[in-house]
Amino acid sequence: MDWLSIFQNSFTQMVGVAAVVYCLAALGVNIQFGYAGLLNFGQAGFAAIGAYAVAVLVVTVGWPLWLAIICGVIGSILFGLILGVPTLRLRADYLAIVTIAAAEIIRQVARSVTLNDYLGGSDGISGKYAADWYALNPFEGIDFFVLRFSKNDLWVVLNGWALVAIIALLTWLLMRSPWGRVLKSIREDEDAVRSLGKNVYLYKMQALVLGGVIGSLAGVIFAMAAQSVQPDNYATTLTFYVYVIVILGGAARVFGPIIGSMIFWFLLVFISELLNNAVRAGYISSDILSTDQIGQVRFMLVGIGLMLLMIFRPQGIFGDKKELALDER
Amino acid sequence: MSASPEVNRQQAALVRGTLEYVAPVPGAPKPDPIFIGDTINRSFGGLVAVDVSHLEVQRGSITALIGPNGAGKTTFFNVVTGFDPPNSGTWSFEGRPLAGKPAYRVARDGMVRTFQLTKVLSKLTVLENMRLGAQGQRGEGLFTALVPGLWRRQEQENTDRAIAMLEKFNLIHVKDEFAGALSGGQRKLLEMARAMMANPTMLMLDEPMAGVNPALTQSLLEHIKELREEGITIFFVEHDMDMVRDISDWVIVMAQGTVIAEGPPAHVMRDPVVIDAYLGAHHDAALTETGESLTKKADA
Repeated sequence: MDWLSIFQNSFTQMVGVAAVVYCLAALGVNIQFGYAGLLNFGQAGFAAIGAYAVAVLVVTVGWPLWLAIICGVIGSILFGLILGVPTLRLRADYLAIVTIAAAEIIRQVARSVTLNDYLGGSDGISGKYAADWYALNPFEGIDFFVLRFSKNDLWVVLNGWALVAIIALLTWLLMRSPWGRVLKSIREDEDAVRSLGKNVYLYKMQALVLGGVIGSLAGVIFAMAAQSVQPDNYATTLTFYVYVIVILGGAARVFGPIIGSMIFWFLLVFISELLNNAVRAGYISSDILSTDQIGQVRFMLVGIGLMLLMIFRPQGIFGDKKELALDER
Repeated sequence: MSASPEVNRQQAALVRGTLEYVAPVPGAPKPDPIFIGDTINRSFGGLVAVDVSHLEVQRGSITALIGPNGAGKTTFFNVVTGFDPPNSGTWSFEGRPLAGKPAYRVARDGMVRTFQLTKVLSKLTVLENMRLGAQGQRGEGLFTALVPGLWRRQEQENTDRAIAMLEKFNLIHVKDEFAGALSGGQRKLLEMARAMMANPTMLMLDEPMAGVNPALTQSLLEHIKELREEGITIFFVEHDMDMVRDISDWVIVMAQGTVIAEGPPAHVMRDPVVIDAYLGAHHDAALTETGESLTKKADA
């Protein structure tokens, strides 16, 4: 068993590119679901808009990166408005259905054969989206004890976590303000908030769009880190992992998505590395488990872990048990 | 409210006094109506829930809306506060037409309601519940929220007002508890206090006494009378006849969606039409609450 390599990979992925991307997407969902109670199951769609805006506008059209990012943000705002206008007046479950369908529509359009020349079909678009941005990197790669990043990954991760910090700070500022109070109240009871003279529809729209914009930034980082976009990276599984992260960390907690994402990716990588090493070293007979089954088994184990968490700590890592108990009254 | 409490008190008493000269007939015009409703109709499929041809509420009075289960009282409340779209009808508040306005605008215009099944915001503290009620908060904009300097002083003022209100409503000792941890009666009090934070001109209470223990009922009644003394019009739905008799200046009786009688409490309770429709043989006993929503569903 190569324990150093197991821990090295696990801790590196704990703060790695995937953790940053999922953390950003989760920060958005936390505003929508955690604070405002909106069931947005289309976060993958928002992320796809951010990613494709960067890919298409930089590679195909040849615009500068910053302009492409702004377009991605505007695109996600429009997407949020389109989803919100018909559904936010209805009950919460309608939003869930519409958003999950809309995100799938975006993915299917992106991988469609007809638009192959523009969006690259199921192969997506690869290219040097962010060469200038990578050129700004003053750091070399890092290989220190359990952390190991290449030069480019380190730059992505540093910038990504800085973005996470800014968004977490904004979330914290917003949620301790009267605006955040209205949002949390809407989650509890819309009609009560309406009866007190607040335009509930406007607040829900703001929350949906704000969370969506943050989700699109997750896509932007994802595209810049991978230097490519593939439509199937933006399938519904992304959204579901993001929900797992939010619930794991504790919904409606500023640090919930951050810690949730770290734990999620640590566990996922740690379990697969551990099993891989155990199988190779012969601790687990290859009759029981072969190395190419580990990818599936790790999700089962993470799933079991989550079930245990929900049983013994249903409020998540940061949640308040007292708050949760109120639901049962 | 610019006028001093004393002036308000005198005015309110004066305005109430004029109710003596109002004819006790359904749809009677009032000397100084704050609310006027005309031909308000709301049907659910074949069931006509509300069909009110004319209804006025006197400014500064405590007006009760009573009627048997399924009479359409709550539906009437929902319609005029913008929570339920009517099939037809117009109504105005302080001379401003309200029909078609969304619920939050109705509340901003000064017509603030509470609910039959209390709607406290469980996971917010009692104090936060109260703060939410305040109107015109600068910190409620998405961008202004990010700059605490813009709203901190106003927030402090609202907090002071909330604390004073909580003291009045006997809730100050639970101000930092989650609202979801309160008892049913305390929730009723909190909802009323929160509605008061919105500075209403007319407070609409949907069964304020349902589920409140008798000891608390007495203090709740005192609060409601006090609000009237401050010049606030109270319009409430209630089943508890003792309460109606005790505090209301005027009673409007609905049955099967229409107004069948109105007048001062003593007069209404003698009215044979009302006794037939509602009170039956037991009109001397206090009527008990019997799950109105259930009956309504059965009717539908």
